[in-house]
Amino acid sequence: MPKLFSGAEIVFKALEDQKVEYIFGYPGGAVLPIYDELKNHKSIKHILARHEQGAGHAAEGYARSSGKPGVLLVTSGPGATNAVTALTDAYMDSIPVVCISGQVPTHLIGTDAFQECDTTGITRPCTKHNWLVKDVNDLADIMSQAFKIATSGRPGPVLVDIPKDIQFNKGIYKISKNKLEKKLNGALSNKINLKDVDNFIEMIKKSSKPIFYTGGGVINSGPKASELLRNLVSLTGFPITSTLQGLGAYPGDDNQFLGMLGMHGTYEANNAMHDCDLMINIGARFDDRITGKIDEFSPKSKKIHIDIDPSSIGKNVKVDLAITSDVTELLQAVIKRFKEKNKNFIESNKQKTAKWWSQIDKWREKKSLNFINSKETIKPQHAVQRLYELTKHQDTFITTEVGQHQMWAAQHYKFNKPNRWMTSGGLGTMGYGLPAAIGVQIAHPKKLVVDIAGEASILMNIQEMSTAIQYRLPIKIFILNNEYMGMVRQWQELLHDKNYSESYTEALPDFVKLAEAYGAVGIRAKTPDELDEKIKEMIKTDKPVIFDCVVDKVENCYPMIPSGKPHNQMLLGPEDEKEEVSDEGKTLV
Amino acid sequence: MSKPKSAYSQPTKFGKEDHHIIVVWVDNEAGVLARVIGLFSGRGYNIESLAVAEIDKIKHLSRITIVTKGTPEVIQQIKLQLGKLIPVHKVADFSRNDPKILFKELALLKVVGATKKLDKAKKLCKKHDGLILDKTKKSFVIQVTALRREIDKLVTTLKPLGLISVSRTGAVAMTKGDEVFTQ
Repeated sequence: MPKLFSGAEIVFKALEDQKVEYIFGYPGGAVLPIYDELKNHKSIKHILARHEQGAGHAAEGYARSSGKPGVLLVTSGPGATNAVTALTDAYMDSIPVVCISGQVPTHLIGTDAFQECDTTGITRPCTKHNWLVKDVNDLADIMSQAFKIATSGRPGPVLVDIPKDIQFNKGIYKISKNKLEKKLNGALSNKINLKDVDNFIEMIKKSSKPIFYTGGGVINSGPKASELLRNLVSLTGFPITSTLQGLGAYPGDDNQFLGMLGMHGTYEANNAMHDCDLMINIGARFDDRITGKIDEFSPKSKKIHIDIDPSSIGKNVKVDLAITSDVTELLQAVIKRFKEKNKNFIESNKQKTAKWWSQIDKWREKKSLNFINSKETIKPQHAVQRLYELTKHQDTFITTEVGQHQMWAAQHYKFNKPNRWMTSGGLGTMGYGLPAAIGVQIAHPKKLVVDIAGEASILMNIQEMSTAIQYRLPIKIFILNNEYMGMVRQWQELLHDKNYSESYTEALPDFVKLAEAYGAVGIRAKTPDELDEKIKEMIKTDKPVIFDCVVDKVENCYPMIPSGKPHNQMLLGPEDEKEEVSDEGKTLV
Repeated sequence: MSKPKSAYSQPTKFGKEDHHIIVVWVDNEAGVLARVIGLFSGRGYNIESLAVAEIDKIKHLSRITIVTKGTPEVIQQIKLQLGKLIPVHKVADFSRNDPKILFKELALLKVVGATKKLDKAKKLCKKHDGLILDKTKKSFVIQVTALRREIDKLVTTLKPLGLISVSRTGAVAMTKGDEVFTQ
């Protein structure tokens, strides 16, 4: 007779087997047996959030900064529904998260019991897979599969819904082997075809106006992928641009790097994407914020697309060479082959791409990230630049909320390493940054973690300050406070005849006092003169800090591709605003 | 291509819409059908008909046959997205005009009326080898197995003759000859 364990014990045995160190969660009636078991497992530490959404984003932040899956534990009903935003966020940005939710006892399912909801039904479209556990003897298998599915292929969230009686019931802990494996996201094989590699290299050799366009897939593939990417970019001498999620995979201050592309990307990156003759997409997915008007997206280029998810290829943009593969494996193969055959590529190719580089330099001269600085008020871009200058000498992790501040952070903070930049890109979740910073600080206790925030976003999950205090996590909340939902205000200015409908926040809290109320430190900077000193003070403080950076209220985020326009029609600054946005463009989001 | 299109407008999926029959082999487990049809509704794909049943009692495999309409790009996405679902084993896609594939749909039709009309109705069903399952003086129920569009046509012509109830299974498909579909 094999040894029997309760469902709750099986959950922890599985977590131990997966070497989980931290779980983020919030207790409740339907998950109490699991919480009861927590005390018997010293290697696993529970981080108590103040809201399940916060716990979810913290798990995401932990996962993105450490490369390990984030684990989330919530109760039934409202616990599970509160986690839905975080799960959807993780689904959109391909973050491995394992969510364990309590459920009402099996015999009460379907009776509209207290705190019952159809958790697997609600989370079906926002997870890679989910399970309602009906037999405690299946639990070990399901837990093992859950981790496998969350972390393999294109990563993402999964959910295991465990009714309360299953948590009490006794069963065996056994993992069967011959379960259907879905490591490849439905691809038949991920063996790299040598012919594809040769085609890849052939296209590189033929092009005279190439560009690398890289995304979050490089980060998700692990630190080795970033190394290989740097290697390939330097071997070819080609320019490279990155999506929002890919920042850090290639050094932001390198000369071959053109900055971020897309709606708020640089002039040189977007024009190079538009005019190139070869686009090499590595681990990005031709998102609409990148392509702009899809009919006019890079009309003259051949396109290579490398993605681990076969359904990402050909979804928005047709490509000439599609390779379904993990980035690390493919880059290894390409670099090896490339070195064998093209020892002197850079020298022989320099002439071919010289004209292209001089064109890029012309675009660069526009200095599209420039802004008119002020001596009286702090410009938000200036604030991010100063934060960068004062933190770049140390290994700093940046999270953000969503809006103008997020774009300014992406434009002006330069990342040199992967996994240092955590932002909600796909779903665009306001309230992401503070809980994500908590998860990052848990994974990296000694490092500087800064949440670049807006005053509107931060209020969406401000309750997590209490979590930061409880676990003595010295995260820094750097609020660019303009009293407006800045991005909403910007769109209203440009697209809705300056009708600032509901985008101004009256009665904001005093953020310094708010910090003190939580037991944190509040700092306020009002003028450019005092900014540096205050930022230094923030960095020095070994406690959570809310930094209220009072910035220009009406600054807009440029450059910008208005919705519905192609890449080569950017707005560079206020002087370009006069150009009317078409009615068609106005209907786009 | 002179008409400007946006990043969000679906018509950027160029190409002609065509009918396809998608066959999906899945583990017959709780919620699996919801996963498959939820994917269709969530991503805005069509379902014209749907037929599901377990085909292997020991391995608990079900075969889902979906008739859908879409451009080649959309059909490609449907296949790839289905392939990502965990309980899905394999996905086949057949064009409606593929000569190597058999398509059949079963319908039960109830006609109520005077003898003259009933006789006329029976005659119309004859060319589909209709099988009369139930008969009274005023009515009959007939089983017809045919292509979807043939049943569509039959239903239209039977309407004036007293057709009052229609029940259809949705199309099922199978390859001709000794081949089976493998992925």
